[in-house]
Amino acid sequence: MKYKLKRQLTEKLIELLLFLAAASSVLITFFIVYTLVTEAFPFFKEVGLRDFLFETEWTPLFENAKYGIAALVSGTLLTTTIALCVALPFGVITAVFLSEYASARVREFTKPLLELLAAVPTVVYGYFAMLLVTPFLQKIFPDLSGFNALSAGLVMGIMIVPYVSSLSEDAMRAVPLSLREGSLALGASKFQTSFRVVIPSAFSGIASAFVLAISRAVGETMVVAIAAGLEPKFGFNPFGPTETLTAYIVQVSQGDLPQGSVGYRTIYVCGIVLLLFTLTFNIIGQTIRHRMEKKVK
Amino acid sequence: MVKNIKAEVKNLTFSYDKAAPRPVLNSVSLPVFENSVTALIGPSGCGKSTLLRCFNRMHDLYGAVKYEGKIILQPSGFDILSNEVDPLEVRMKVGMVFQKPNPFPKSIYENVAYGLRIRGIKKKSYIDDKVEDSLKKAGLWREVNDRLKASASALSGGQQQRLCIARALATEPELLLLDEPTSALDPISTAHIEELVGELKKAVTILMVTHNLHQAGRASDFTAFMYLGDLIEFGESSQVFTNPKEEKTENYITGRFG
Ligand SMILES: Nc1ncnc2c1ncn2[C@@H]1O[C@H](COP(=O)(O)OP(=O)(O)OP(=O)(O)O)[C@@H](O)[C@H]1O
Ligand SMILES: [Mg+2]
Repeated sequence: MKYKLKRQLTEKLIELLLFLAAASSVLITFFIVYTLVTEAFPFFKEVGLRDFLFETEWTPLFENAKYGIAALVSGTLLTTTIALCVALPFGVITAVFLSEYASARVREFTKPLLELLAAVPTVVYGYFAMLLVTPFLQKIFPDLSGFNALSAGLVMGIMIVPYVSSLSEDAMRAVPLSLREGSLALGASKFQTSFRVVIPSAFSGIASAFVLAISRAVGETMVVAIAAGLEPKFGFNPFGPTETLTAYIVQVSQGDLPQGSVGYRTIYVCGIVLLLFTLTFNIIGQTIRHRMEKKVK
Repeated sequence: MVKNIKAEVKNLTFSYDKAAPRPVLNSVSLPVFENSVTALIGPSGCGKSTLLRCFNRMHDLYGAVKYEGKIILQPSGFDILSNEVDPLEVRMKVGMVFQKPNPFPKSIYENVAYGLRIRGIKKKSYIDDKVEDSLKKAGLWREVNDRLKASASALSGGQQQRLCIARALATEPELLLLDEPTSALDPISTAHIEELVGELKKAVTILMVTHNLHQAGRASDFTAFMYLGDLIEFGESSQVFTNPKEEKTENYITGRFG
């Protein structure tokens, strides 16, 4: 009797601990969002929403402060787009190679190398972009500034390739052999089979890979902070300097802004905008996946 | 009735592995008559699927296999197994339908059009006609003509299998290979496919593996009985089933082993 009671008690205790562990991550997320919102809220009392959305300059720390978020948003979109132009095609092509063409031995050899690409600290990529890629690109585009969106975006793209390729490869390898045989038996080449049957069949997995890649690109900080120039500029010129939301946040959090000042609150405002960005992409990704899964099922 | 030979297997010996002591197919010779259904029967593991998959060089996809002998397609005299022949070219001439329906995750229309598209055919009116024609031949047109753009995965198992047949027919193969095409289907769908096979042979020569002896008896004109990689007996189905020449065949069809 006593024994049974003790056992029930431990069971309950374990259950409680597990619940707390699971709840903590949810709580922390809520706490972050709560802080962001409360800290950012007073900002909009001082800066009108109109200026925030339609102004094209972002100079919160200057005498004549301007708060046009569009400058940072366009910088973020620019570097993200450049990165995705590299990461998505190369990631998918790498995945096709690994899943459809490579022998087991080649795959065993290549995959750890790719993962190494993801394990390099991003600050190293930042300097790689600034000290190697930019000078190289300047030989091709003499007008390229020393800090520019192009090399930051390209290097960020290379950095994200393994994320795309690894998830996409998993999705492609999960495509049943019978579908490949169906295609090959109709006289399709391996290439046609890969691109017309395997990729569409693995679409939902590839879409998740894309969403992850976008989130990584939008959230990436070091590479753009180092190589793109910390100069907020509205527009989409890849050859000039630019600044992203994340780079701005590191830049100003290093200075000592007085707590509660408008400048200080911009950090939280940018945080919210970033959060909205990734949230949107995640929702889009989820929707695409659900729709495709329904179609495939 | 005298029939033309569509394909002829000549002393085919096959191993999956060059080092294997005993080949999986052992000097098999077999005629496949034009516009008829030839059934391959025999106990599990005797090499039926292996033989069938030689006809479209499917084995080439999985590494170094060893073919000896010939499979000659008539009237061209084209040797399917020749080293100089590109397996893709073979598969353009020889269609295949698998045990489990394997429609692509595309629309019904795109499934049937697939073989044409990979051959680089772009003309829409031609593809439209071919899709309709193939679906009609596969007995599926009436059920799907109002939802060609719908996903193929929404079809029932039997419909999916007929879609796979339509897909194979769209490119007008000279020979159609069926590997236990009804073993994953319910009795009604099975009857439907058997009936269809009887219709199709007017247009295309059919070689079909089956485990179901009744099916072989009902749906085929010729039957080949295999045992442990050997072809034991070949003849008109009526003869093989009622009056087999070989004792092994008789034991098998009367259910004494296998
Ligand atoms: N990919 C392969 N590699 C090596 N051996 C194989 C392979 N596929 C089949 N075999 C062997 O070849 C022999 C014939 O197999 P096959 O699949 O042709 O038989 P089957 O007559 O179609 O049998 P079932 O009626 O069960 O489908 C079997 O002994 C099998 O183990
Ligand atoms: Mg078989």
